[in-house]
Amino acid sequence: MAPSLKPIAESAILVEFENRIAPEVNDQVLALLAALEAANPKGLIEAVPAYRTLLAYFDPLQTDYPTMAETLRSLSTGSESHRRQGTRWEIPVWYGGPAGLDLEAVAKRHGLSEEEVIKIHTGAIYRVYLVGFAPGWAFLGGLDERLHTPRLDTPRAEVPAGAISIAGQQGLVCGPAMPSGWNLLGQTPERTWAPERKEPFFIEPGDEVTFRPVDETEFKELSKRVAAGQRAATNVRTGRSGL
Amino acid sequence: MTEAPGLKIHKITPLCQLQDLGRSGYQRFGVSRSGAMDPYSLRLANILAGNPQGTACLEFALAGAVFEVTARRLHFAFVGDFPVLINEEPFPNNASYTLARGERLEICATDGKRGTHGYLAVLGGFAVEPELRSCATHLRSGIGGRASRGATLITNHDEAPLAVERQLPETLVPRPAKTIRAVPGPQTEYFSADETRKLFHTTWRIAASSDRMGYRLDGAQIQAQDAGSMISEPVSPGSIQVPASGQPIVLMPDCGTVGGYPKIATVISTDRGRMAQLRPGSEFEIERINAAQAVELLRSEYESLAAFQINGCIN
Repeated sequence: MAPSLKPIAESAILVEFENRIAPEVNDQVLALLAALEAANPKGLIEAVPAYRTLLAYFDPLQTDYPTMAETLRSLSTGSESHRRQGTRWEIPVWYGGPAGLDLEAVAKRHGLSEEEVIKIHTGAIYRVYLVGFAPGWAFLGGLDERLHTPRLDTPRAEVPAGAISIAGQQGLVCGPAMPSGWNLLGQTPERTWAPERKEPFFIEPGDEVTFRPVDETEFKELSKRVAAGQRAATNVRTGRSGL
Repeated sequence: MTEAPGLKIHKITPLCQLQDLGRSGYQRFGVSRSGAMDPYSLRLANILAGNPQGTACLEFALAGAVFEVTARRLHFAFVGDFPVLINEEPFPNNASYTLARGERLEICATDGKRGTHGYLAVLGGFAVEPELRSCATHLRSGIGGRASRGATLITNHDEAPLAVERQLPETLVPRPAKTIRAVPGPQTEYFSADETRKLFHTTWRIAASSDRMGYRLDGAQIQAQDAGSMISEPVSPGSIQVPASGQPIVLMPDCGTVGGYPKIATVISTDRGRMAQLRPGSEFEIERINAAQAVELLRSEYESLAAFQINGCIN
């Protein structure tokens, strides 16, 4: 389906695909992003993808709306040949613990034990639909229906860096500490934004995420490694962790 | 003992931050654009100081700061409606000046009546490593540091090149606006004609709970149909989003990269800085224009900045 385009004042264009959260819709967004980067049209400043939309910023003194809109339209109808193959990341999580403040309440709500919540949460393969809100915050689709849980009535003023949480039908890997109203299940020692690494970000939209439960001892061990500049998440296909 | 050349901080607040024209290319990873609240004033300060327009400056928001010069020669410009004292003597703002080691520079707090944001530029710039390709501070992400008392803002020059001391022409002095221009959209379908009319026919006030992320507007409530049903999408500074409470919020440079509220209109690029200069309680109106008019306004602003920069070099 051809997307619809809307101008945002004089210097951006919002490209909208089908209005639903689905891998095939998000794939179209990411294919457009890749094609746009390959084409690198004059005046393009930055393109930002989300679930079903892409926002393209341009310099209106270097190009104009009709030109940029035409470029976006023609690139949207192209193939997905430019799209990069997503990576599957396995992320270690210490469930419960000091950061897993809502694990017990989530279990109670769904009539499950905490162990069953962990088993269900680690049993799925999640798709990264969006990295946004704050640096490295990765929003995931694919949460098992048995864990669909509404947001907290009152958001917390701050959730710790690396918090693993759920809300509605979505999952979330938090980057740096921020306010959030999502249900906290645990915490990863991994940092999805590490400014001192050569590649400060590693999770990208279109990637997949799985979770592996670790205990307090392993969490602390991995935290030390992360502090020393290594990566705690594993690229499942290559088996590589570290850098 | 040799001291690092620059501006030694005697007094400062977290409202004083290093900013440039913002960070692009990292919103897809959740990193805000940030950058100057009033890019026009930042550009003017840099031109006055003799810098490229986008050089990082110290941004002031209502609060002041006190510095001691530790460089042998420092040439600076300050643009903004803040009283400036040099060695405790009043000095015109919107001007550039050369100082010597040991001299004291004070930017005093302002009541914000004629502008809430000011920019201090030093010739040659501050010696700061860009992070993710920009020197813009984003405190919530921990990007850029908090300047603290006793620290020194190091300048690239110990002895700045000799430069002309100048005053900004009155016609170029930034002023807070009584009219802010906006282009409708992108979510026009969420608002009835009556609700849209409200946006353009209300006397708005800046709410007290406004900051670098967003300016909240008091004056009327706007109802969005079906608010809360939107799938989160990327948002741009300048967007006027309308949450379920009905209180519009104009997104500012530190806004999150995505949002799920419908957006009734977008403040045009040239007027985002003019809006940033309004203090809480200030009244203003929103005028509807189209994108083509917005491009012409942007072009004319850039042309007047370029003309001032060229004339400045001839001086």
